Amino acid sequence: MINSPAELEQRRQEILSGRDAGKPRVSVCAGAGCLATGASEVISAFNAEIEKQGLTGEVRAKGTGCPGFCERGPVVVVDPQQACYLQVTPDDVPEIVAQTIKENKIVERLLYTDPTTKEKAVRESDIPFYKNQERNIIGNNIKIDPKSIDDYLALGGYSALAKALFQMSSEQVVEEVRKSGLRGRGGGGFPTGIKWDAARNAPGDTKYVIVNADEGDPGAFMDRAVLEGNPHSILEGLIIGAYAIGANEGYVYVRQEYPLALENVGIAIRQARENGFLGKNILGSGFDFDVKVHRGAGAFVCGEETALLLSLEGRPGEPRSRPPFPATKGLWGKPTNINNVETWANVPLIINRGADWFNQFGTAKSKGTKIFSLVGKIRNTGLVEVPMGVTLRDIIYKIGDGIPGDRKFKAVQTGGPAGGCIPEEHLDIPVDFDELIKAGAIMGSGGMIVMDQDTCMVDVARYFVNFLTQESCGKCSPCREGIKQMHRILTNITEGRGKDGDIELLEELAMSTGSASLCALGRSAPNPVLSTLRHFRQEYEAHIREKRCPAFSCKELVSYYIDPEKCEACLICFRKCTSEAIQGAKHRIHVIDQAKCNKCGTCFEVCPSRFGAVMRLSAEPVPGPLPDELRIIVRKKKAKNEQRETI
Amino acid sequence: MSNVSLQIDGKAVSAKEGMTLLEAARGAGISIPTVCYHEKLEPFGGCRLCVVEVEAGGRKSLVAACTHPVQQDQTVNTRSKQIDGIRKVLTEQLLAYAPESEVLQALAREYKADKDRFPREPSFCILCGLCVRYCAEVKQKYAVGFVDRGPSREISFVPELAATECWDCKQCFPLCPTSALQAAFVLTRSLRASPSPARPALNKQVETAPVPE
Repeated sequence: MINSPAELEQRRQEILSGRDAGKPRVSVCAGAGCLATGASEVISAFNAEIEKQGLTGEVRAKGTGCPGFCERGPVVVVDPQQACYLQVTPDDVPEIVAQTIKENKIVERLLYTDPTTKEKAVRESDIPFYKNQERNIIGNNIKIDPKSIDDYLALGGYSALAKALFQMSSEQVVEEVRKSGLRGRGGGGFPTGIKWDAARNAPGDTKYVIVNADEGDPGAFMDRAVLEGNPHSILEGLIIGAYAIGANEGYVYVRQEYPLALENVGIAIRQARENGFLGKNILGSGFDFDVKVHRGAGAFVCGEETALLLSLEGRPGEPRSRPPFPATKGLWGKPTNINNVETWANVPLIINRGADWFNQFGTAKSKGTKIFSLVGKIRNTGLVEVPMGVTLRDIIYKIGDGIPGDRKFKAVQTGGPAGGCIPEEHLDIPVDFDELIKAGAIMGSGGMIVMDQDTCMVDVARYFVNFLTQESCGKCSPCREGIKQMHRILTNITEGRGKDGDIELLEELAMSTGSASLCALGRSAPNPVLSTLRHFRQEYEAHIREKRCPAFSCKELVSYYIDPEKCEACLICFRKCTSEAIQGAKHRIHVIDQAKCNKCGTCFEVCPSRFGAVMRLSAEPVPGPLPDELRIIVRKKKAKNEQRETI
Repeated sequence: MSNVSLQIDGKAVSAKEGMTLLEAARGAGISIPTVCYHEKLEPFGGCRLCVVEVEAGGRKSLVAACTHPVQQDQTVNTRSKQIDGIRKVLTEQLLAYAPESEVLQALAREYKADKDRFPREPSFCILCGLCVRYCAEVKQKYAVGFVDRGPSREISFVPELAATECWDCKQCFPLCPTSALQAAFVLTRSLRASPSPARPALNKQVETAPVPE
């Protein structure tokens, strides 16, 4: 139990004195992504190998939070060399132990190699993926075993809490947060200081603070990584917020689908209690605060704050009208302050380093850094943290290393399912709350899905609207009915049943849903439709008027055809076809039976590029198959350059 | 309660603090359409037909009059091209479920809504929730509730509660703007294997069901 700021510092010194910075350490990312690619096995392999090579007691491998480079996981960092090894397997472990730990030599083959210069990068900070980021929040993840409070304390953890409790009044804390310009990271972008101030000033003795960890956007895992990787930073922010607004009770609302986050947050809360950061008389300050974890049962709409509150109370998670805002009438009718995970994680940094340090990052109206989950058709899938104001182009090309293969960028979708798609010509806009809205998208909570030329934008709109159809709570009619109708129309268009007037009807529905719905889910639901209409209207028109899908993506509008002039009868597509639709044999030009074809596109993908015989057709008739007798290929085997001719 | 003065459709209106825009407007004789509103029930904000434009501090926004509180010096417009457009689409969407509903037909005439604009739906219920909320808030019986969400949302009686509570109450019937509830209830009863002889014919009871005020 730590009873004063002095004892906290003493504890930190004790932890540090037990750690020799020159001693080898092995950190393995144990975030959800790296665990999926085998991080647990790598950790076990390290500990077995360490014992085998007689280094027990000298070094130990620990699982840490996610540093973000999910594309190349499992990620391993070996100190003191700070060697960052990527895609490590248990087979690599003996070499790392023998070379790096014992001999202080770098295992070159496991390092990041620059694809153009072929240069090797030893440290994290030398890798372009990391070099172009500003990792104020997730930068510590690789240094922290999320299941151990000592790692967090060693990095100065809970010193911001001590500072707030002993050197600042609650007004000063609110004022510092207000001055920092921090805006809500869950998507709304509401100024956090103003929200806190409202809850602080609301009359009432009982108040609540809540962590909104109901991250539900498809492809988004920012909050997950912070919860799993550095749960104490969120708790510290929450306790500071509780002190600022005068709350003695708090909740962490975590979705059930995040088992590791639930586990790590639960452990962190227990450790915080044992150490005197939660409970009665925190750090001897006289301030009492405790926190409970609530598991969300899987409704996307519960990320909306009023729905979250009702869900916490045990009622159906459906939004209610604001005002009254939760700041005055929240959980059980009491003043309540709800912030997103990432918002809370920023608080200890602001208190420790000051508002002026924080607002040096970012743009005029969007301060600090923002974490994005960069996914889709991008070389470097992962979590990136950048200062507000960097351009989308920098995120996609400098950090994400562009689009894989020789395909072209088409759009980036930001802001989750109710976000918008941004085309190439807007890639140079600075990423902040207001600029994204101007481009027809939103910041949302930080999802960023990159799409290439093979993506149909009408189908993308249909996909997201379908998600929202399923996740609308159904309480208010513009959302329930409007999204449903938009989905019906978009499905018709992508399946070749689009008709004149559909675009206008979509716009009308978007207007009523977007302006009359009760909560932000409905109000932002038309974004996928409106942004694709704005930037890719010609694709809608091609689908409706010509029954043509320009991206060759909508199955109902696309046919696959083997060009008899190019087919070399290699049997690859014949063997890979998922619906036995390809007729062919050795020396027989292959033909696709259109009636059997399920349009999965496998033949197109597997046809060797030197042949390029499989073609995609849209809004064009498929030429009939050659008569059988013309399908035989006769090869002149002896000729040096093999020639073919059909008879 | 202190008085609040505001402007609705250019008319100076005085209201009590804590009142909603809908209450203030109706008090001043200005009509705003609603489907899910009932004066005995907590404002729900579900049908959104009462959407109005509010101007406060130079910012215009669309809000539901049934849930939005009055504010000093607010300017409120209950009709505009956009508002009428929203009401038209909302009415059309609800008409897909209940084309014969008189409440909706009246709205259709006012806002030039086309009852055939959207494909017909196989339920009469427009999910206004009047029955659900009346049963919960006034009768405190919770015998009828919402199930599922989004487009799959529907109302359903809780059999165990309905069996004991509903026969002699049925106060939710006349609240239903589409008569769907009545139809469902009659259907449920007709599906019962052996109707109790102690209970008079349901249809008679329906006719004499007390009308909630």
